[in-house]
Amino acid sequence: MDRQVRLQCRLIKENTMALEEKNKKTANNSINRISGRKYFFVFLLTCGIFIVAFAVASFFNNQKIAEIKSTEDQISIDILSSETQFEILQQSSCSIVNSSILSSQLATLASELSAAEAAHGIDSSDVITLKKYYSLLEIKDYILAEQIYKQCDARPISILYFYSNKSTCTDCTKEGYVLTALRDEYPDLRVYSFDADLGLNAIETLISLYHVGSQLPVIVVNGTTYEGFQSLDNIQKIIPDLAVAAGTSTTATSTVATSTKGISSKK
Amino acid sequence: MDFPTIMLDISLFCGLYFQIFLLVTFFDGEEKEKNAKSLTETTHATLPTVSIIVPCFNEARTVKKTVMSLLNLNYPKDKLSILVVDDGSTDNTHAVATAVVAHLNTANGFKNIKVVRQENGGKYTAVNYGIRQSTADIVGCLDADSIVDPQALIRMIPFFNDKKVMAVTPAMRVDTHLPRPATILQHIQRTEYNIGIFTKRVYAMIDAIHVTPGPFSIFRREVFDTIGLFKHAHNTEDMEIAFRIQSEGFRIANCHNAFVYTITPNTLRKLYRQRTRWTYGFIRNLIDYRRCLFNKKYGNMGMLTMPFAVIGIGFVFYFVGLFMYRGGVFIYNMYERISTVGTIGLTFSHLSFASISTSFTEYFHSFYFSLGMTSVLGVMLLATTIYIVFKSKKMAEGSAKLSRDIVYFLCFYSFVAPLWIGKSVYNVVLSKKTPWR
Repeated sequence: MDRQVRLQCRLIKENTMALEEKNKKTANNSINRISGRKYFFVFLLTCGIFIVAFAVASFFNNQKIAEIKSTEDQISIDILSSETQFEILQQSSCSIVNSSILSSQLATLASELSAAEAAHGIDSSDVITLKKYYSLLEIKDYILAEQIYKQCDARPISILYFYSNKSTCTDCTKEGYVLTALRDEYPDLRVYSFDADLGLNAIETLISLYHVGSQLPVIVVNGTTYEGFQSLDNIQKIIPDLAVAAGTSTTATSTVATSTKGISSKK
Repeated sequence: MDFPTIMLDISLFCGLYFQIFLLVTFFDGEEKEKNAKSLTETTHATLPTVSIIVPCFNEARTVKKTVMSLLNLNYPKDKLSILVVDDGSTDNTHAVATAVVAHLNTANGFKNIKVVRQENGGKYTAVNYGIRQSTADIVGCLDADSIVDPQALIRMIPFFNDKKVMAVTPAMRVDTHLPRPATILQHIQRTEYNIGIFTKRVYAMIDAIHVTPGPFSIFRREVFDTIGLFKHAHNTEDMEIAFRIQSEGFRIANCHNAFVYTITPNTLRKLYRQRTRWTYGFIRNLIDYRRCLFNKKYGNMGMLTMPFAVIGIGFVFYFVGLFMYRGGVFIYNMYERISTVGTIGLTFSHLSFASISTSFTEYFHSFYFSLGMTSVLGVMLLATTIYIVFKSKKMAEGSAKLSRDIVYFLCFYSFVAPLWIGKSVYNVVLSKKTPWR
């Protein structure tokens, strides 16, 4: 009898404990409940915002690409225009020739190229195409300027600058600083900078014409090639006419490169 | 897409997800609060006895105001007791507190107030001493640099009608009761505290409060018998107890209109030390309670607030590092330029603040502002942040007008907060302890 009572008591106690444990678990669950639906709903909402952001960004990107295309069209016209200028130049006196048409277009293009590089990165195919157009226009401007100076019996003050964006060209950044500083100091100086790795036939032709080696940076002044880093003093010694130009200049005609190791764009 | 851009996009996704979660919870919870029956059906007879502990260490300047604010509480005086625990102050805190108590005993006839002194052992020992002495149903704590609104306690008590609620937190504000915010940093903190009121209200709705602040959090006395007293907890005992209460399956409520006014640090140095201690303590407590991370058993605390805190701290640390690295590269480039060509072309205008900031912005341009989708997301995150800032102000101060507190906060907070987050992570990684003062 005693044993039965003890057994019953034990069963009651065990049941009570189990019930208490169950209640505790239920209570805990009700307190620490998480709403999976809410987590998922918020996830969908956030993804929705991402999609909207992507759509808005794509819209602006397309606008930018359209701008680049329009710039490329403009460059084609400019190149044609420069060829016409050559022909005019053959038949005219130097006083009526305007040598700054291409230069001003180059400055605009340089700014657009800077913006495109910032937006799409220097490896973007659109940017590379734009850069090729820019380089072509530079070469055209260089040839036209040479022609004008020849026709008018003047000495050109221009520098061809070959650089590379690769990390192996440690002095290219420094050369960029030097040329930017020179251009600031002597606004009549024309600096044409070319990315030697761009893979443009016209640049390759210049490279072989002026015997530009693999040791960049390289500058070419009046047909003479100077390899390696050239300091400010060196360049001033190479082009003694700079000092004269500094005193007579009224307009900025120098041109620019835009990539990281080129020359900073002139606004 | 480069690695920093991917990290930036992920951080923006996390930031947006978290803020949207808070807003959805807030609107949902606010609606429920409106529909719920009033919690204030508590009569004098059913009001519990309350004991408030005031731990002080060198608080001679403020202890009188703090005690007087407690006496002004709209609560039956026969159900309220105050215990000032001097934690071995080296100034005349004890003398000031004793004089205040003597005055209250004689002039106001308020007898339920005592001052005790103990050897300096840290704030948590002073509070524990008070808890052991107390026999009241509810035990509260009020830091001696804070002042409590007269209606605070009576608004907080009804939350204990829910048997699972073991603590109730107040709404902390910086306001005109104390010296007006004077410095830019204090203006920033005013907005920061207002945002705290918003987030605590939302956290309480999802049972994920991570701190029961020293200024006037109140506890059901029995909780200390169940889960134990305060611990040292890396000088952030108020965070640890919150983690412990919730990890044991109990609730912490928040009374968003029970205001407590606190003094904020007025210099960067003081603020930096205070916030480094808080953040360091928070990270260490996160580590101590890592079992809760991504654990459904611990509800939203384990699945949302703790993981996002870890992610947030990680991102801040990463971007601070990246910003410093890029800033270093920028300075190096400037140095190289000057050492190569001197100051040619570097006129005074180049060195003006506007010019430098423009160059700096241009330098970071490609990283921060020209990413298309990233900048659009950044604008959206900023928009939700601004909404929360104004909503918080409305909740805390009753008006949502644009003020300089908000302007300063939006302009400068993201520049100062990384200072202590970076330092705290650094201290945690190198196991360097962060002192109280």
